[in-house]
Amino acid sequence: MEIKINRETCTGCGLCKKVCLYNAIEIVNSKVVINENCVFCGACVEACKFNSIEIAGLLSEDKKDFSDYGGVCVYLEANGSVISDVGFELISKGRELADRLGAELSAVAVGNSIKDGVVEGFRYGLDKLYLIDNPVFSNNLDDIFAIALAQVIKRYKPEIFLAGATAFGRTLIPAVAAILKTGLTADCTGLDIDNERKILLQTRPTFGGNILATIVTRNARPQMATVRPHVMEKKIISEIPADYENKIEYIKINDSDFKTKYKLVSVDRELDEKINITDYDVVVSGGRGLGGSDKFSMLKELADLLGGVVGASRAAVDSGWISYPHQVGQTGKTVNPRIYIACGISGAIQHLAGMQTSDIIIAINKDPDAPIFKVANYGIVGDLIEIIPELIKRIKGAKSTA
Amino acid sequence: MIRIKIVVCIKQVPATTEIKIDPKTNTLIREGIENIINPFDSYAIEEAVRIKERLGDPDTEVIAITMGPHQAMEILREAISAGVDRAILLSDRAFAGADTWATATTLAGAINKIGDCSLVILGKQTLDGDTGQVGPELAQKMGIPFVGYVSSVLEINKNNMKVKRLMEDRYETFEVSLPSAISVIKDINVPRVPSLRGKMKAKSAEIPVWDSEILGLNKNEVGLSGSYTQVVKIFTPRIKHDTMIIEGTTDEKVEHLYRILKESHVV
Amino acid sequence: MRYFLTEEQQMIVGICRTIVEERIIPVRAELDENEIFPRDIIEEIGRSDLFRLFIPEKYEGMGTGIFEICLATEELSRGDMGIATSFAACGLGIIPILIAGSEEQKVKFLPQVASGSKLAAFGLTEAEAGSDAGNIKTTAKKDGDYYILNGTKQWISNGGEADIYTVFAITDPGRGIRGASAIVVEKGTPGFEFGKKENKLGIRSSATRELIFTDCRVPKENLLGGEGMGFIIAMKTFDQSRPVVGAQALGVAESALEEALNYSKVRKQFNTPISSFQAIQHMFADMATEIEAARALVYHTAKVIDSGEKNVSRLSSMAKLFASDMAMKVTIDAVQILGGYGYMKEYPLEKMMRDAKITQIYEGTNQIMRNVIALDLIKRGVL
Repeated sequence: MEIKINRETCTGCGLCKKVCLYNAIEIVNSKVVINENCVFCGACVEACKFNSIEIAGLLSEDKKDFSDYGGVCVYLEANGSVISDVGFELISKGRELADRLGAELSAVAVGNSIKDGVVEGFRYGLDKLYLIDNPVFSNNLDDIFAIALAQVIKRYKPEIFLAGATAFGRTLIPAVAAILKTGLTADCTGLDIDNERKILLQTRPTFGGNILATIVTRNARPQMATVRPHVMEKKIISEIPADYENKIEYIKINDSDFKTKYKLVSVDRELDEKINITDYDVVVSGGRGLGGSDKFSMLKELADLLGGVVGASRAAVDSGWISYPHQVGQTGKTVNPRIYIACGISGAIQHLAGMQTSDIIIAINKDPDAPIFKVANYGIVGDLIEIIPELIKRIKGAKSTA
Repeated sequence: MIRIKIVVCIKQVPATTEIKIDPKTNTLIREGIENIINPFDSYAIEEAVRIKERLGDPDTEVIAITMGPHQAMEILREAISAGVDRAILLSDRAFAGADTWATATTLAGAINKIGDCSLVILGKQTLDGDTGQVGPELAQKMGIPFVGYVSSVLEINKNNMKVKRLMEDRYETFEVSLPSAISVIKDINVPRVPSLRGKMKAKSAEIPVWDSEILGLNKNEVGLSGSYTQVVKIFTPRIKHDTMIIEGTTDEKVEHLYRILKESHVV
Repeated sequence: MRYFLTEEQQMIVGICRTIVEERIIPVRAELDENEIFPRDIIEEIGRSDLFRLFIPEKYEGMGTGIFEICLATEELSRGDMGIATSFAACGLGIIPILIAGSEEQKVKFLPQVASGSKLAAFGLTEAEAGSDAGNIKTTAKKDGDYYILNGTKQWISNGGEADIYTVFAITDPGRGIRGASAIVVEKGTPGFEFGKKENKLGIRSSATRELIFTDCRVPKENLLGGEGMGFIIAMKTFDQSRPVVGAQALGVAESALEEALNYSKVRKQFNTPISSFQAIQHMFADMATEIEAARALVYHTAKVIDSGEKNVSRLSSMAKLFASDMAMKVTIDAVQILGGYGYMKEYPLEKMMRDAKITQIYEGTNQIMRNVIALDLIKRGVL
């Protein structure tokens, strides 16, 4: 594999150098030279107006025959008996992809006493469900879950396998991919089928969301991807079919194959604080502009009224005003709510990386030049200390007259 | 006093916090972007050094490795100035273009060559790739357990350790035997300021360079050739909306905000 | 504008800068408001090996000279002068041991300071003995294998926080200045107590306390040099430490100038940034020039000392005098440039102005500095 410059058409204009983040491009005697720092990310290929750069071997044909692989399969993640929403979101998306391919859509679920929950999947367009229901899987443990999923995939050979990019998913699924020796794309925000080659086009954010990359899996199956929660829309398309039992395959396992190396000692759910901020429709976030930890109680009141949760910028967490699980951003969590209210947050790129895909972004900041206003749908230049309490009053007032 | 070998896998990344987008062409501007050590890796290094201090044996070794071009030597020296005992650069033209699997293959090759490693520590994810996949893939390849999002190493001895990991809505405490691999999150510690002695040691440190031959890896196991995934397109996201600045008195602004929230059915 | 720094000197400045940016600046306003001595930051400074700069390699230090100490102190002062004072005062406390201590004493006390595990302090000043240092009344009476200390030291930086105190006391009353001696007293010695922390105008993150000696028995092995050498040891100590005070002044002046500059580009009045007004520009020009002049003098002085020159009292006093007067002027002007905002605690300038004042006072008031310079001129000529 190599990167080639067409020296005849290259004008040495330097557009490619401007976009190379790896210091890999030099202009020597008005021609581009690529040095050893190149990681083949392809940004220069895209940027060159003269089509002078080519990464040889791009989109090479798969050398192997994958005709024995077929169908789209989705992992339905369960936490105890609660099925994660992202599983249903993926069934809806999976349905679309399967239809494009003319293939079957299946799901696999692993857990203990999860049948009632996973059967809901049939509302979203599932053709088949593989169910591994066993006390051995009472807790989400990476090693035995990986073995279980890998076994199912090896047996039923889906050409595409999707899972939610949840905390568990993002460590579990790579282990599965490693067992299967196949490609995995993390945290996708877009999935599509290439019409000619019938392969999965996996689009994901990189560089903190500043760049989107479309990725394909070559020379391996299944094409695996973890998908960011709440990006795909879940759509109920039918009732659970009367004959759903015929569509379930109960997979029996040998307990001895599933001895875990992990000993779960304890689980600590912070009950007085909502820290699973990725799961809410509304996030009310506070930054340096709050000035202190006491102001966060005001944001919490607003969040509670809106059925949401409190987030924070790195500055607020580093100042000790709120704990780290609330941090939104590149070194914190990525959230994707319907409404994101940014209070006293300047909008540095590393924060935007964690929330810019929110449906509606509302920014409140004293500084009219704050970068957050460029990504917000609605902006208020003002003092959050004045605005938030008034907003809370307004909401409470409406509630009491309702 | 317990003596073990700890390997920290680190990566040099562009400082994506400095990136600007050219509004005319909608492409990234690289102007003067620094290369830095991946921020999560600083926490990994600090934790490794702290574990060494806890175990009490000066012969416990903390070894930093990175896969990258020669300019990645800089971060290995930084790691030494932060307390790491020695470092190794994995560099070979054949490593370029690696996806997470090929990267894991290369790192595993190095860790096996180092030999006798009890603990592998990585940062949660990188600023450029953002995948977090290398850790679990590496552990699977090496046949050792992996625990991600570690917020605290509660106990550690020669044979096992107890760690706490942060999931979306809970902390989970695990006991797992060594050798093992973990990835760490920001909350785990505050990296120390490099010491003067550390910086001077880093300056004169000998850092060997291992290529695919030294690692005993075939060229088609690594780099772009050894990758199962490939980037076919790169583009910048377009921001789809115009920003509306809400004007007026405080009351008017609040009223407008309330309407937006009402229309979105959250009130 | 610092140039010709060796790689090691750049490392020193780099480490201090990281500590300033990541540890000091985020908390300095709170430290000042609540008079908090930031033990955790001092420990971090210790872990970074910066205390080793005071001590020769032989005793586990990395010290090469006063110049490096000035560089570190200057950089720390850009963050917070109180922390820089705590750092520099530790050096002050062990310089007497370096000057007059025996091999045993050096081996006993210096490595612990080098590693940062123990802080030091310098105990000379008393209620009735400020500029008139010869008027100290604390006594150290020989009694067998001990000296018995009685008396009170005032305004001692690191007082209560340090473990090792170099104390000046009269061993031979009746001989005046020539009857004073220097002796090392460790915290925890019975009869050695501390007064309450002083509530100060500035450098509030530095702990300033009285040292109270009541029949405090100190082993005679702790006497530095011989009896009667106290005053000379003190004066030689100041020769080395005064440029470091100059470096403190440099640091606070630089950061005040930088804050004022940044502000002036953003603050608009009459629809234009105030940096475009000639009145402001001239102030900046004067401030920056004075800082450079002070820097030249302080750095030059440090290098002269490091070259081994013996007669450095004049130069040393000049460096401290000039830099401290400059810092006072620059910080006042910086507050003025910010106008009303400069007066508010919300901005760091008023603290810098309050902090700068002490450099004109301690380690010899600027009036005493002028005396020293004049007397040396008269005695030895212009040279």
